Amino acid sequence: MNMEILGSLPLVVIWLALGAVGVAIQAFVRDNTRLVFGYYIFTLALTAVLAMMHAGYKATAFSGMVTVGGYANYFDVLFCGAGIMSMLAARPYLQREGIELDEFYTLLVSAVAGMMLIAHSANLISLFVGVELMSISFYVMTGFLRTNIRSIEGALKYFLLGAFASGFLVYGMSLIYGATGSLGYGEIHAAIASGNVAYPKLLAIGCVMMAVALGFKVAAFPFHQWAPDVYEGAPSVVTAFMSTAGKAAAFSAFVSIFMSIMPQGAKLTPQLQDILAMMAAITMLVGNITAVAQTNVKRMLAYSSVAHAGYLVMGIVANSDNGHSAIVFYVTSYVFMQLGAFVVVGLLERGNEDNLQISDYAGLAKREPVLAFIMSVFMFSLAGIPPMAGFFGKYLLFVSVIESHLWLTLVAVLSSLISAYFYLGLVVKMYFSESEGHHQPVQSGIAGITLAITTAASIVLGLFTSQMLALFATWWPTWWKVLG
Amino acid sequence: MGVSALLATLFVPLAGAIAVMFIHRDQAVAAKRTALGFSIFAFVASLFLLPQFDSSNVSMQYVIDQAWIPTLDAGFRIGVDGISLPLVLLTALIMPIALLASFDPITKNVKAYYALMLLLQFGMTGVFVSWDTFLFYIFWELILIPMYFIIGIWGGKDRIYAAVKFFLYTLVGSLLMLLAIIWLGLQAKWAGVGFTADLIELQKIGPTIGMDVQQWLFWAFAISFLIKVPLFPLHTWLPDAHVQAPTAGSVILAGVLLKLGTYGLIRFNLGLFPQASERFATLISALAVVGIVYGALVAMVQTDIKKLVAYSSVSHLGFVVLGIFSMNNEGVQGAVLQMINHGISTPMLFLCVGVLYERRHTREISDYGGVTKVMPRFAVMFAVAMFASVGLPGLNGFVGEFLTLLGAFKSTTLGTPWFTIVSASGVIFAAVYLLWMFQRVMFGTNDNPENHHLRDLNVKEYWQLVPLALLAVWLGVQPRPLMMLSEQSVAAIVKAAAIVKVIQP
Repeated sequence: MNMEILGSLPLVVIWLALGAVGVAIQAFVRDNTRLVFGYYIFTLALTAVLAMMHAGYKATAFSGMVTVGGYANYFDVLFCGAGIMSMLAARPYLQREGIELDEFYTLLVSAVAGMMLIAHSANLISLFVGVELMSISFYVMTGFLRTNIRSIEGALKYFLLGAFASGFLVYGMSLIYGATGSLGYGEIHAAIASGNVAYPKLLAIGCVMMAVALGFKVAAFPFHQWAPDVYEGAPSVVTAFMSTAGKAAAFSAFVSIFMSIMPQGAKLTPQLQDILAMMAAITMLVGNITAVAQTNVKRMLAYSSVAHAGYLVMGIVANSDNGHSAIVFYVTSYVFMQLGAFVVVGLLERGNEDNLQISDYAGLAKREPVLAFIMSVFMFSLAGIPPMAGFFGKYLLFVSVIESHLWLTLVAVLSSLISAYFYLGLVVKMYFSESEGHHQPVQSGIAGITLAITTAASIVLGLFTSQMLALFATWWPTWWKVLG
Repeated sequence: MGVSALLATLFVPLAGAIAVMFIHRDQAVAAKRTALGFSIFAFVASLFLLPQFDSSNVSMQYVIDQAWIPTLDAGFRIGVDGISLPLVLLTALIMPIALLASFDPITKNVKAYYALMLLLQFGMTGVFVSWDTFLFYIFWELILIPMYFIIGIWGGKDRIYAAVKFFLYTLVGSLLMLLAIIWLGLQAKWAGVGFTADLIELQKIGPTIGMDVQQWLFWAFAISFLIKVPLFPLHTWLPDAHVQAPTAGSVILAGVLLKLGTYGLIRFNLGLFPQASERFATLISALAVVGIVYGALVAMVQTDIKKLVAYSSVSHLGFVVLGIFSMNNEGVQGAVLQMINHGISTPMLFLCVGVLYERRHTREISDYGGVTKVMPRFAVMFAVAMFASVGLPGLNGFVGEFLTLLGAFKSTTLGTPWFTIVSASGVIFAAVYLLWMFQRVMFGTNDNPENHHLRDLNVKEYWQLVPLALLAVWLGVQPRPLMMLSEQSVAAIVKAAAIVKVIQP
């Protein structure tokens, strides 16, 4: 009981902080942007600390709706960290664009709360609540540049398609419920593993629908079409946040749900694995090949983020502890490198979509040597060149899936090669070309903190691979015991 | 002492790279001196590897085995054996010379340049000392980034094209190798040892892998290495990279980088997949012979001195590959010697080209003539480099080339003397194109007014060329110590391959 209460503290704190206190501050204090900003940074930091303190717990709470400890708490820390880094980067950006409203921070923290619920959920209902909370916050944040037509377009597109995907999610859930008679992950897993399923066909359709819905959330082919428009239209800091933390959250759901509906030895498992493998392979290829043709940095990074979703799905295909550990490691490194890259984009961006073309990056190494260096670190890491963090994640994913799906690894290697071309292209522009026209010097302000953290992490995370893997390895053996 | 010397040789360049980064960007001289200091320190440290090295011991020495990622059984496993030690020494020797050669030509972004050069040294040394496939791969790829920038930022006119071509060519190969490394680890898992990246374990597993799988693994590694060597027809990146790279870049490229490929062939292809090596030796040797002749013929018609030297590398490295796939003691030993010797004479040639280029800013042979008259001391150095490269007896190039040809002649794997007969023509061609070039540049009438007042070598240039020239003479007269260093390790690899051949014909 004690464990339940203490363990669920991170969740409780962030919800209370958000719902009660945060809104109250906004309602009753004037000219309060600084206060709100500071308050939310504090909240996220506190939540992260609480999550770390209680990471050792293994229990469920709130009548089995959520789990506490281990996996979920790790993601808490990751989301809160991403939230803090995004807020630090957002403040100077929003001030420069003249749209610093405190609602922005509230939305960001509410998205974090949603993500945390996703990672904590042990039940399809709580999962759905988390997904919706996160998505709705994202819809609004995407349209935050109210006077910019692309921002509005992105928000509307995201909202319509996202609502559609949520429909798939709920429909899939209801079919799984119909087939297995339960909404809890533990019970669903037990029912499918024992073959005790009332309507196998309904279950199959339900599982495929889950794949569709989650495929949409992580932007995997053929449900990736929204990503470039939304990522391009949204303010760069929002893209930084939702393409990283949002994707990490979606993958935390992907892992826990597909662990539940793909037990080892169940009849459906190999077929689902093959469907996902196809999805992963095409996602990687489409993402990387399309990225090659882009001239806009944000769109290029958006397509590359599609490709990264493809790499990550490989871990789901592996359907093993190693595969899931690889996913957690890779999303962690991905959060740092992609978030950092978008923050750099945001710093260089000027007013109404200026400085977003790849050609605008020409000669950046001369003008802004530090930023160019940092951006190259992210590019090399995203391309998976050792010794950057991205390489280790990719390696782990390859190792996890090569045994069962050698061809998928081959496709992944091929698409990595394609991706090197455009990541390198940006580095070529920055270092080997001369800049044209006049450019204002970049003031990074507190976004510099974010960049320092993300750069350092992209370089050294690989050194801690063994410690991280050892940590992840403690979760999986007791997973179903905790869920009951 | 040996272990700390090894650690110092490996990590001092990295420390140097970091130290250089902290120097203020206006203090170019300080950056140069710091970098040179660190690289000389690394060279001195590398010399301490020699006294305690036991060349009769064929296993690796000065071992450090530190667990790193237990789930993948990847570790920080380093050490040297008789084949890698000479290459480590070569790397440590070439780097200070290359840095010294950059003092005058490199004027923009000095700090970054020296940091990248030292990072490059870290990566190259790492490749030679790794005994872990995962670590090997990381070092292998680590080389890519600094070299790419060195060509791309400080290179010639078409540097961007050359840099990207270099990067993509190498990446194609190395991604194949990455797959093979994972697949090899799985073979160990299926053999009951558990997934591993430990090269010593893998050397036991390798020969037991069935031919159907082994041939794929063989090619995945081989293509990656053969691109680096480069073997005809995978060589097209090399002339571009050489011509565009700054002098020091070419020195490193020819001196050390190309040897990474041939070293990999010996260590991985011969060491891990003897049956597949046996089967494909004829094919690869045939390509090597084509490369020897083709490289020589193309070198002959070049009008650009640097390009000529670049194509001569294609030709000379063909001998190394031929020696390796003779799969007998003479051949492999010759290959190891030829690697070192090529690593001494070709950097010298590039340095000489650099000396000329610094003075006249052209590399066209026709722009020169009668240079000997105004630069007599330079002529001596250039002649030593040229004759060493030709393979004149008494200089270092002869021994290695002779042994590879002998190995190929006696090889039961290749089974026909024709490989030797055809490739021996490469030796003659080498004499033709190098002597002809030398004659056109150095002799004849000095009728171009711009060539009338060329300065002879300065102190810095002496420091670059004289040590290499002395080494070339010494190794030519007395190759024995170098041979002894690698003899037993070579014999062990050849023997292991031969045993397998007897068991599984």
